[in-house]
Amino acid sequence: MAYGFRTDPRNIPSPLVGRPAAPFALTAFDGAPVDLAALRGKVVVLNFWASWCNPACYDEAPVLERAWRTYRDRGVVVVGVDIQDTDEAGRKFIRDFGLTFPNARDGRGKVSVDYGVYGVPETFFVARDGTIRAKHVGALTDEVVRAKLEPLL
Amino acid sequence: MALGMLLLVVSAADAGHVSEQTVHDVAAELRCVVCQNLSVADSPSEMASQMRAIMRERLEAGETPAQVREYFVERYGEWILLAPRRTGFNLLVWGFPLAAMGVGFTVVALLLRRWTRRRRGRAAPPPVDAAMSERIRRELETER
Repeated sequence: MAYGFRTDPRNIPSPLVGRPAAPFALTAFDGAPVDLAALRGKVVVLNFWASWCNPACYDEAPVLERAWRTYRDRGVVVVGVDIQDTDEAGRKFIRDFGLTFPNARDGRGKVSVDYGVYGVPETFFVARDGTIRAKHVGALTDEVVRAKLEPLL
Repeated sequence: MALGMLLLVVSAADAGHVSEQTVHDVAAELRCVVCQNLSVADSPSEMASQMRAIMRERLEAGETPAQVREYFVERYGEWILLAPRRTGFNLLVWGFPLAAMGVGFTVVALLLRRWTRRRRGRAAPPPVDAAMSERIRRELETER
């Protein structure tokens, strides 16, 4: 019980770290296919977000865009998955932040449940071999991105 | 959104072979991940309704309720189960209250026995003979 009181009951470790990332295929807001299987061999930063998730998702949107621009030449793909959101609000969010990495809406929540997502934002770092190497809950910062990404390059 | 709801209603209508009750039974055992202490069955949140749709889909595909539960546990960890499993360390959660009650009842029983025995002892005072009653009478007189 003493141990229980010292841990945060809302901080739940993901059983998915170390396991293969679940495959999914969605259609991006711009109509392009987003297929995780096609990204094998690349390091994938898989970010779950929502347009109503303020301020955390608003804080990290520029961080993700920056990470995409910094690391895309080194074999990194940033993929955004918009969950529990409307198409319209999702598009506006992408426009407002000028996001250029692939972003798709998970309209039925199947991808988010496959990844055990319980809130936004959550970010998974997938290695080149397709295993999930790290999970970050909450807004990303440049430091977190660097720390989680560099070992996978 | 409205279209999505319509589709949900339509798909629910033609899905005859998995009853609402079966989906509810699975949903009732799982924690709604975006709530505080609510089951997926009881939560009105969008996340929970998406989860119920996924449960229905998997049940309709022929999975057993246990398999559907396992699908969620694999992704969210045992945390998602509202009742911890009766294995390993978790047995403590199930066993400890029973053990504590057992100890409690034993202590109460022992104390009750001790108290009733003492009272029985008091109920039978030493016999008073003539010499004793004479002595009591004298002592009472000197008190006055």
